[in-house]
Amino acid sequence: MSRPELQAPPEIYYGDIEAKKYTKNTRNQQIQADMTYRALELLNLPPDEPAFLLDIGCGSGLSGEILTEEGYIWAGVDIAPSMLEVALEREVEGDLFLQDIGQGFGFRPGSFDGAISISVLQWLLNAETSHPTSSPPHRLSRFFTTLHSALRNPSRAVFQFYPSSDDQIQLITSCALKAGFGGGIVVDYPNSNKAKKVFLCLFVGGGGQQQMPKGLESEVEEDARARFERRRERVRSKDKSGKRKHMKDKDWILHKKELYRKRGKEGVPNDSKFTGRRRRPAF
Amino acid sequence: MVRLITHNLLSCHAKGCTTNNFPLQFKDAEIEHREADFNPEFIRGLLPKIEWKALVDTAKELGDTSLPYEQPEMMDDELLKTLHHVLLEMHVEEGQMICPNCNHVYPISNGIPNMLLAEHEIA
Ligand SMILES: C[S@@+](CC[C@H](N)C(=O)[O-])C[C@H]1O[C@@H](n2cnc3c(N)ncnc32)[C@H](O)[C@@H]1O
Ligand SMILES: [Zn+2]
Repeated sequence: MSRPELQAPPEIYYGDIEAKKYTKNTRNQQIQADMTYRALELLNLPPDEPAFLLDIGCGSGLSGEILTEEGYIWAGVDIAPSMLEVALEREVEGDLFLQDIGQGFGFRPGSFDGAISISVLQWLLNAETSHPTSSPPHRLSRFFTTLHSALRNPSRAVFQFYPSSDDQIQLITSCALKAGFGGGIVVDYPNSNKAKKVFLCLFVGGGGQQQMPKGLESEVEEDARARFERRRERVRSKDKSGKRKHMKDKDWILHKKELYRKRGKEGVPNDSKFTGRRRRPAF
Repeated sequence: MVRLITHNLLSCHAKGCTTNNFPLQFKDAEIEHREADFNPEFIRGLLPKIEWKALVDTAKELGDTSLPYEQPEMMDDELLKTLHHVLLEMHVEEGQMICPNCNHVYPISNGIPNMLLAEHEIA
């Protein structure tokens, strides 16, 4: 089947039925969660500082829930009323706006400490109407320009998206740079069909000090997904000892397991009195 | 879920509307109070972004007069808690936000403001 963004405008494609299906699908939940974690990693926020983030194309809140879980306060915008309705049903924590990002934002300068956008940008590449304000370059420019000013200096915006050609990547990147952003494209697992993920990683300010992050690599293709997940585990356990303030070891693990179960992940170990105990190193 | 935290960061984005377009004025606002975790660090970090006068005026419009008119130089815990309540615990569920400059109406339904513009209003 052809890509969703070629089938119908987003607010039609994500109607009541698709919005529910999309949100309930446990595999999808896992994928969106993983990509949100990776986006947060690329966002590179200062540790131990609370932050106010923007979730662009927040949909039903699968990405936003990860932001909440990681202790961030956020606002989300989306063009599909049915997706936002599901977000309300799920009682997500963020402030929600019904908004077409191609029309630009009205947020005051420096409003957000960072922005993420998971699986959304490809939707901006199709003209909605024949009106001149509707052409993709026009919409992308207005979007990036108003986003740039809504972000504080220095900060970042990280977008995971599904380009269908190098030309699309080129168009999106050039519109972003023209709007004043620095940065560019990061590709994780470029050699794996399954695990390959494209991120646009944009910088506001920083006087050229911001370092372009590197994509994740894997030598063995089949292995990529597993590595991706293992890496996630590493990052999380680092958080546990370092960044995390509110939840400690055992509580944190129980909380995580509960979340995994809710997302329908199989094989989550049962809780026991040993949960969260440090294991002796095995030789 | 329009809370004053986002309302205070929001100006009108209709075409040609670039001055006097903040803060949007609430009309027929229905408010719900919902408790949120108090994080003093978050509030402190937010303060430089907040337009104090707009916040005080808007809170007052919504019936909350707990904030002082002048922004105090020292933020004690009590004041941070007051700010926490005003910024994060008051939810406008229904009503409208109206641009003081171009009078564009952003309707709020189920706590979600409709920020969509008509084609002739797009910059
Ligand atoms: C694949 S979903 C991702 C939702 C969420 N970020 C997640 O990770 O689950 C893509 C979302 O982009 C939204 N979207 C598409 N075009 C948009 C636009 N022009 N303005 C705002 N949102 C848009 C759609 O409505 C949809 O909710
Ligand atoms: Zn206006």
